[in-house]
Amino acid sequence: MTTLIIAEHDNAVLKAATLNTVAAALRIGGDIHVLVAGGHCAAVAQAAAAVAGVAKVLHADAAHYEAHLAENLAALVQSRVRAEVGYTHVLAPATAFGKNVLPRVAALLDASQVSDVIAIESPDTFQRPFYAGNALARVQSKDAIKVLSIRTTAFDPAGAGGTALVEKLAAAGDLGLTTLVGREVVKLERPELTAASVIVSGGRGLAAADKFHTVLEPLADKLGAALGASRAAVDAGYAPNDYQVGQTGKIVAPQLYVAVGISGAIQHLAGMKDSKVIVAINKDAESPIFQVADYGLVADLFVAVPELIAAL
Amino acid sequence: MKILVAVKRVLDYNVKARVKSDGSGVDLANQKLSMNPFDEIACEEAVRLREAGVASEVIVVSCGPAACQETLRSAMAIGADRAVLVETDAVLEPLAVAKLMQHVAQKEGVQFAIFGKQAIDDDAGQTGQMFGALMGWAQASFASNVQISGDTATITREIDGGLETLAMKLPAVITTDLRLNEPRFITLPNIMKAKKKPLEVIKAAELGIDIATRTVTLRVGEPAERKAGIKVADTAELVKRLKEEAKVI
Repeated sequence: MTTLIIAEHDNAVLKAATLNTVAAALRIGGDIHVLVAGGHCAAVAQAAAAVAGVAKVLHADAAHYEAHLAENLAALVQSRVRAEVGYTHVLAPATAFGKNVLPRVAALLDASQVSDVIAIESPDTFQRPFYAGNALARVQSKDAIKVLSIRTTAFDPAGAGGTALVEKLAAAGDLGLTTLVGREVVKLERPELTAASVIVSGGRGLAAADKFHTVLEPLADKLGAALGASRAAVDAGYAPNDYQVGQTGKIVAPQLYVAVGISGAIQHLAGMKDSKVIVAINKDAESPIFQVADYGLVADLFVAVPELIAAL
Repeated sequence: MKILVAVKRVLDYNVKARVKSDGSGVDLANQKLSMNPFDEIACEEAVRLREAGVASEVIVVSCGPAACQETLRSAMAIGADRAVLVETDAVLEPLAVAKLMQHVAQKEGVQFAIFGKQAIDDDAGQTGQMFGALMGWAQASFASNVQISGDTATITREIDGGLETLAMKLPAVITTDLRLNEPRFITLPNIMKAKKKPLEVIKAAELGIDIATRTVTLRVGEPAERKAGIKVADTAELVKRLKEEAKVI
């Protein structure tokens, strides 16, 4: 058994989500190979080689991999899997990157994909949530090559201490279907949402974008927390859309999740209900968020949040 | 240019899914089913492209049982020109749907396809990308803006941490994110008009396409329930409990 992991990185740094994916692969057993495809990404290949449990790093460096576009990357993975018979599993993190490229890989391999795997019971049996986290399925894959996207919050990241070989991989041809015009990345001065141990999240109850800054940010600063938002808050323009926690946004599982002015719609709960401790501050005592909150405070957030900051 | 829009009939997004007590799946009997919300966005975008003169025809396609005709009628009430149902009572995985959609796309000669980014029942998020792979087309998943000019589509898509813009050669497939558009309200006259629009039914079994499931669902269960929490009296008690009881700050 050999697992091929498609590494997520930005050509400079290996993304933390890749480490969670390695941890999932360790549960499958067998060898783990990590594919680092990009442009001028030798440092990432070295970083991947130092991850505990990785047997081999395949490093493909070419201009047409620099933007990590799905078409070229999927073709490369397909050619690699075809060239080296013996791969039984292909994994990627269930992030925007993995969700984009992995189904394309699966179809090229004529394999079904199991999305958002949260537990690995055996090399062919997995658990995954569906219906916005309201149901949990145990599934068994009959495909020769199992293609799995891994929900990163369900696996602790793999550690350091690996000494894998880095093998240069010849690039496949450029399909020339798509070109990257530009990327606009929101600069974050606080922890990344999916990796944060504390998250302070705001909903429609904040009522204005500037309240996000004046009310929530000081609390997040005090707790060293990442900032999140409900879909309602994002749709209303109070927060940028990559703050969104939920079925259609990011799935998080921090130690502490503080939901401020969030009612707790199904779609939001699907993104945060695996948090260790949930605190809800809402003035409506009937809000569904109180059904999942470990500690609920029924209060006006504009009074309670400043009080809370003072008390911390 | 013809546009294919894929739509799926799913448990309405306002209904909380209930797991059957025998663990065989989610109970859909007597529940409200409607069009997957991301697919409504896909229909709306396609109709806007036709209204802008970019597309000549919008063909909406669904795969599943006969009841999916109702969903296709809704799509035609939004403004799709005609519909194709690939009918089967079999359980369909995303790969199978992608293959059936490939058949229809090739038969109809479409140049552009719009899928929702995920269906809110299986939460798989695969079909659009799989379709792109089978067709050998360019793909842009999670699109929040679409501009088509000549044989190039310029798509803005949502990524972790922000946005990226891609230039794609047509033919191409995109999957819709929530912020692409706001689907229009369906009016009664348009519902009446949709009843007269053509709806073709193809039997999936007659196509010779392998749609057998590759994944066996062993059991469907409820997720672990969270223990009931408590309501605290004030912020002082909250801080005290977080420090001393939960030990998270």
